[in-house]
Amino acid sequence: MSEAALGRYYADGEIVARQGEVGDCMFIVQDGEVEILLEEHGTEVVLRRAGRNEVLGEMAVFEHAPRSATIRAVGRARILTLDKRNFMRRINEDPSLAFRIIEIMSRRVRDLSHEVHELQAVVREREASGPAATPAERVATRG
Amino acid sequence: MVAQLPNISASPDKRSDDVDLVDGSRVAVVGGGPAGSLFSHFLLDMAGRVDLRIAVDIFEPRVFAQPGPAGCNMCGGIVSETLVQNLAVEGVVLETDVVQRGLDSYQLHTDVGSVRIATPNDEMRIGAVHRGGGPRDVTEAKWASFDSHLLDQAVERGATVVKARVEEIVRGTDGRPTVTVKGGDPVAYDLVVVATGVNTSLLKTFESLGIGYTRPKVTKTLIREYHLGEEAINASLGTSMHVFLLNMPRLEFAALIPKGDYVTLAMLGEDIDNALGDEFASQPEVRAVMPPGWDPEARSCQCLPHMNVYGSEKPYADRIVFIGDSGITRLYKDGLGAAYRTAKAAARTAIFEGVSEAAFRDHFMPVCRSIQGDNRIGRFAFVLTRLAQRMRIARIALLRIVRDEQEQHRTPRLSSVMWDMFSGSAPYRDIFGRMVHPAVIARGIVTMPGAFVEWLRPRRPQGKEVDS
Repeated sequence: MSEAALGRYYADGEIVARQGEVGDCMFIVQDGEVEILLEEHGTEVVLRRAGRNEVLGEMAVFEHAPRSATIRAVGRARILTLDKRNFMRRINEDPSLAFRIIEIMSRRVRDLSHEVHELQAVVREREASGPAATPAERVATRG
Repeated sequence: MVAQLPNISASPDKRSDDVDLVDGSRVAVVGGGPAGSLFSHFLLDMAGRVDLRIAVDIFEPRVFAQPGPAGCNMCGGIVSETLVQNLAVEGVVLETDVVQRGLDSYQLHTDVGSVRIATPNDEMRIGAVHRGGGPRDVTEAKWASFDSHLLDQAVERGATVVKARVEEIVRGTDGRPTVTVKGGDPVAYDLVVVATGVNTSLLKTFESLGIGYTRPKVTKTLIREYHLGEEAINASLGTSMHVFLLNMPRLEFAALIPKGDYVTLAMLGEDIDNALGDEFASQPEVRAVMPPGWDPEARSCQCLPHMNVYGSEKPYADRIVFIGDSGITRLYKDGLGAAYRTAKAAARTAIFEGVSEAAFRDHFMPVCRSIQGDNRIGRFAFVLTRLAQRMRIARIALLRIVRDEQEQHRTPRLSSVMWDMFSGSAPYRDIFGRMVHPAVIARGIVTMPGAFVEWLRPRRPQGKEVDS
């Protein structure tokens, strides 16, 4: 990775955005990889990993809500920040700018639906063979 | 993909009064620079989203990857932070071998001192690129051409590059424009998109087409390239763009843009010429920024291209649209950003609203008008910048305020104004609004007594020190 490339470099394990923070920007992974994780009662659950050209943190921008998950670099990663104000101004002028974001969110809903379906199968299997799993155990099971 | 000139007529089964692009429609894009490439990319992307099959031919005789003037589109080569972000959202990736240097700051140099204005988060948010394969003395192809990279992405989307120079565009008997290249027959298209820039004689032919198009008003700029080597640039100019507010007759604006192995000098001014370039290069403020022993005479190449400073009044007609510099662009700054905006607006109109004059008037022109209106405010904002350039006491006050904001971590009101003026990152109306904000004016009034005292002191010789 070139030192003078666009964006900012994050070291392995460095936090890009933290769960619960108020977000005024989105991120696009330019190089390397990050993990998206939930922090709950002092434990961490890795939801997924994201690589090059993936858009992250868009929920906080659109929902006016605190960030729902933490983004952390896995190895050295280069991330570009997208300003909320610039992004919203551009969408106002050119709604088609949101096509790709909608496409990404749509793909994630599809992936989540698939995962919910798989989890339901796991839960059913567990319930049939013993006590019900906690939500964290359910996520960990598929991870 | 590079193809021979197609020799079939466009969509012969369509009626002449069809104004929408339909399956099988053919689009000619004249010019494969950023405006033409981005238009093709967006047109094909949006067509795919609505299951429309259209063919796009990009007429571009040049090979941008070639070093020297033959492959160069002659510009400073700055991708603004807004454009960097927009392209990232669009999925247009700027590879690390295309962006020769990410920039994280601006350094403003005047005869009364210098100050560094950094980006938020210390992030590299501005891209420095070479439009072509680099200056004529490039011996090792370490970085790729920006224009070539965008053209490749358009080709990946499905566009075809026709390596031929367009000689004539006229209206056929069915109302469709026809494109003729050297040694070829006229080929009819459902839409012709003109993305040639202003440094071509082809634009003149459109004025005689009777479509109401007039060429943009232009001014000359001076672009010079200096080979300094990557290490020397890292040690001297670093990752900052260096902007100069020097009180020199005829000089409007000058910047040194560090790239990979080269530094680009970009100058705007009145009747700009070599003599003004030489005079600027000899200024102590410029020499202080460049590495020790730098020889201003040892330049790799130079050009005096035209720049659009007042766009065409009517950059559209039935089945013809002018984008980028050949239509309307932003005043002085962010020409690539304006190319992106007009290319996207034209593509969006063509896919969703049609290719008639009325469609472009109602859906493409508002974006152009927004740029034009913003330029009017920009002209006024530049008058204020020019005042600072001409009045030493104003330069002293400006530097004091910006330095104070940067060092004391105050709300960067004037810093953000200067940042956006130099980077072209925000609309001029936003910048002007912040320029005349009561808090900025109040800060100016408070700073004036100190600036006045400094103004009374005898002038000191300039050093290399940069306050950050």
